[in-house]
Amino acid sequence: MKFRVYRYNPETDQNPYMQGFVVEASRGMMLRDALLAIQDQDESFAFRHSCGEGVCGSDGVNVNGVNKLACVTPVAELRETVVVRPLPGRPVIRDLVVDMSQFFTQYKRVEPWLKHRDPLPEQEITQTPEARDKLDGLYECNLCGCCSTACPSFWWNPEKFLGPQALLTACRFLEDSRDQAAEERLDALAGPYKLFRCHSIMNCVEVCPKGLNPTKAIGQIRARMLKGSL
Amino acid sequence: MDMTLPRRRFDTLIIGAGGAGLNAALQLADSGLRVAVVSKVFPTRSHTVAAQGGVNAALANVLPDSWHWHMYDTVKGSDFLGDQDAIEFMCREAIPTVYELEHAGVPFSRLDNGKIYQRAFGGQNQDFGGPQAARTCAAADRTGHAVLHALYQQNIRAKTHFFDEYFAIDLLRDEEGVALGALVLEIESGDTLVIEAKTTLIATGGCGQVFRTTSNARINTGDGMAMALRAGIPLQDMEFFQFHPTGIAGKGKLITEAVRGEGGYLINGNGERFMERYAPTARDLASRDLVARAIVTEINEGRGCGINKDYVLLRVDHLGEEIIAKRLPGIRESARIFAGLDPALEPIPVFPTAHYSMGGIPTDRFGRVVVPAGEGAEEVVPGLYAAGECACASVHGANRLGGNSLLDILVFGRAAGKDIIDYIKENPHHRPLSEPSLERAVAHLDRWDHQPEKKPAGKGKAKPAAESSVRELREEFRKVMEDHAGVFRTPKSMAEGVKQLKAIRRKLRGLRLKDQSRVFNIARIEALELENMVDVGMAIAVSALGRKESRGAHSREDFPVRDDRQWMKHSLYFREKDRLEYKPVRSKPLTVKGFPPAERVY
Ligand SMILES: Cc1cc2nc3c(=O)[nH]c(=O)nc-3n(C[C@H](O)[C@H](O)[C@H](O)COP(=O)(O)OP(=O)(O)OC[C@H]3O[C@@H](n4cnc5c(N)ncnc54)[C@H](O)[C@@H]3O)c2cc1C
Ligand code: SF4
Ligand code: SF4
Ligand code: FES
Repeated sequence: MKFRVYRYNPETDQNPYMQGFVVEASRGMMLRDALLAIQDQDESFAFRHSCGEGVCGSDGVNVNGVNKLACVTPVAELRETVVVRPLPGRPVIRDLVVDMSQFFTQYKRVEPWLKHRDPLPEQEITQTPEARDKLDGLYECNLCGCCSTACPSFWWNPEKFLGPQALLTACRFLEDSRDQAAEERLDALAGPYKLFRCHSIMNCVEVCPKGLNPTKAIGQIRARMLKGSL
Repeated sequence: MDMTLPRRRFDTLIIGAGGAGLNAALQLADSGLRVAVVSKVFPTRSHTVAAQGGVNAALANVLPDSWHWHMYDTVKGSDFLGDQDAIEFMCREAIPTVYELEHAGVPFSRLDNGKIYQRAFGGQNQDFGGPQAARTCAAADRTGHAVLHALYQQNIRAKTHFFDEYFAIDLLRDEEGVALGALVLEIESGDTLVIEAKTTLIATGGCGQVFRTTSNARINTGDGMAMALRAGIPLQDMEFFQFHPTGIAGKGKLITEAVRGEGGYLINGNGERFMERYAPTARDLASRDLVARAIVTEINEGRGCGINKDYVLLRVDHLGEEIIAKRLPGIRESARIFAGLDPALEPIPVFPTAHYSMGGIPTDRFGRVVVPAGEGAEEVVPGLYAAGECACASVHGANRLGGNSLLDILVFGRAAGKDIIDYIKENPHHRPLSEPSLERAVAHLDRWDHQPEKKPAGKGKAKPAAESSVRELREEFRKVMEDHAGVFRTPKSMAEGVKQLKAIRRKLRGLRLKDQSRVFNIARIEALELENMVDVGMAIAVSALGRKESRGAHSREDFPVRDDRQWMKHSLYFREKDRLEYKPVRSKPLTVKGFPPAERVY
């Protein structure tokens, strides 16, 4: 199977270039296996990966123009020649490895931890199964960054617009019946940029390997803001 | 002393950002200490994220329960090799630990009354071996993800200093043996950094990558264990490696025990529920060592499934769409991706997969690293701690129960954190850095930084250093481990394994890297990891050959039964001369009566 992969080593390359590799495809082969096979041919080829099962979020890459997690992408589903590039819009460190610090900064800006203000009970804070169900589709995010790096608004305003991932996380805490900081969280999202730069283009939804829906989460936050302002 | 190396100073250094490292960090940062957490991957990429089924605690939310029953099950599960003081401590602490996690934000699944959902797991019973218990607290089948993210989030709040994508090379110790921190490598720049600290906690997780077929992530290469070995510290009970009964056949990816806890069961090629023959009462929920051996026995005796009769099937479809969607969504996703089927419609082909290291760096129940001090006595290594899968407290003995590892990492991560606070109160100053120790660490890294030796012209036969087949040697090594230290062990095969490992160790010394660049050099990292894996693999193989009995996960053909008279003791492997020592099991709990060894039936 033919691959073209993005290469850039800041120590030796003036400019990035695309390099061709041929990998023997096997049954059930995932893109990550193919990238490992490329590494067998050239140990200087760099990409991140770890769990191999879609939970750690390490190996977001851009394949034939779409962001995907390599380890859960069967090569059989990919059109040849498979073109593999780093996630778009982020500074490239080397080959497929990008600098995700801005993405994590935005995540941290939504203060992604539970804020329960009442004194804590001796046992668990109770939560009904229905209230818990509201977290499904929000908490499973693995911070792979496929969504935010596919979002045009994030490309243009990575400092000001929080991006789909961070907003999904904000929604995860807003929807948690145990969290007691909704007002403060909503206030922090006000203004023209942090949230409102989202134009519901839905790129984020299309690429999320966990099947999550950041656009819907953003809509939920908007609805809350609206309700608050009435 | 090499003054060119940049330095950072912290009160405490934690190597590893999995559940163990992050729970310790949280205690410490919240107490106002300056905490550095070093991790070779971004914290939420640590392998705790992959834990599926849940964490054990006798909350009694579903069925009656008590920490004392939990303790009994853990002692029995350990095949009586676990230290009963540490086990009592862990089972008592389980309850407040899980509540604390819930308060930290973990989105546990819920019961109708709003309490944490608990499911049945293998090896857990009510009333000291009575009816099945439901002790495993779960967030669907994504418990590890839920726990790791919540702990990371709380650490952001607590302003823990994270060194993300820094690779720890070696521990630093002074002449008196006191821990001083570590030499680390920033992967992005390729620069080294000395992190000085008053205490150092090793929380680097497991080493499942030493086997070819494993449920473990690529990063689980036993680095911390190997660092300890190189610092002169032994590893304890390394012969006990858990093979999880249900890996996806041919892939090794895990199908959690929660599947059987929710009512799934195994069938062989004849469609028979064979576990009934091996464990008449607990059946599919017998302890893992037993189920894994049963599967391999069925296959060896020709009752496997498929054309090659080389796997068995795990049936779930009878549970119905709703349970599967609600309680096992992650498994369904994995089965779809890796086995190409929907478990709600078809059974999953499974085979045991290398999963968990019961052994590790010896510690007491405060997470302090302990080493033999002659004549059976032990002493603490000042300032050095270990917690999580890389450590051996020892609560799992010869076999770990499902749901007890998340518990172990959280309880002992927290306990280590608390002890570190006390230690720093008594030892408030940094000690001077030890030059020889730093030089050794730097030399270890530099060894990979030399250009490949050129073949001298004309002398084709002169042996040049092998260029960069780290990958090949890695695969050769993992195959040796699989073939010679697997589910069933024979003396001949184990001895052969040790021999081959020695050859691999020699080959490793001759390897050189082709890629000498600095920025994000993966080849260098993999070379360092391979060194670590080979050290750990040797510890497993030598310890296995040494233990002449069968107990828990260690099963030998020539000594098929447990021998309490001679072997109720922990093994300690030292890297120097591949030497073994033994130390007694601590059979006396903290407050209750000890459980004497008894036959283990499920
Ligand atoms: C698929 C799977 C499912 C599981 N399910 C369950 C379950 O349901 N219940 C249960 O109780 N247990 C389960 N376990 C076991 C349990 O998840 C692990 O034992 C546990 O999470 C280990 O946690 P840890 O904190 O010790 O290490 P890890 O989470 O593995 O973290 C290790 C950390 O150390 C860092 N590190 C390692 N080496 C270096 C180095 N050289 N330099 C810098 N950093 C380094 C890593 O980056 C990482 O941050 C499961 C295990 C697997 C593999
Ligand atoms: S829907 Fe919003 S967040 Fe998602 S890609 Fe479009 S602009 Fe970005
Ligand atoms: S929302 Fe989806 S795509 Fe975005 S970071 Fe999370 S898992 Fe990745
Ligand atoms: S390697 Fe973990 S998500 Fe792909």
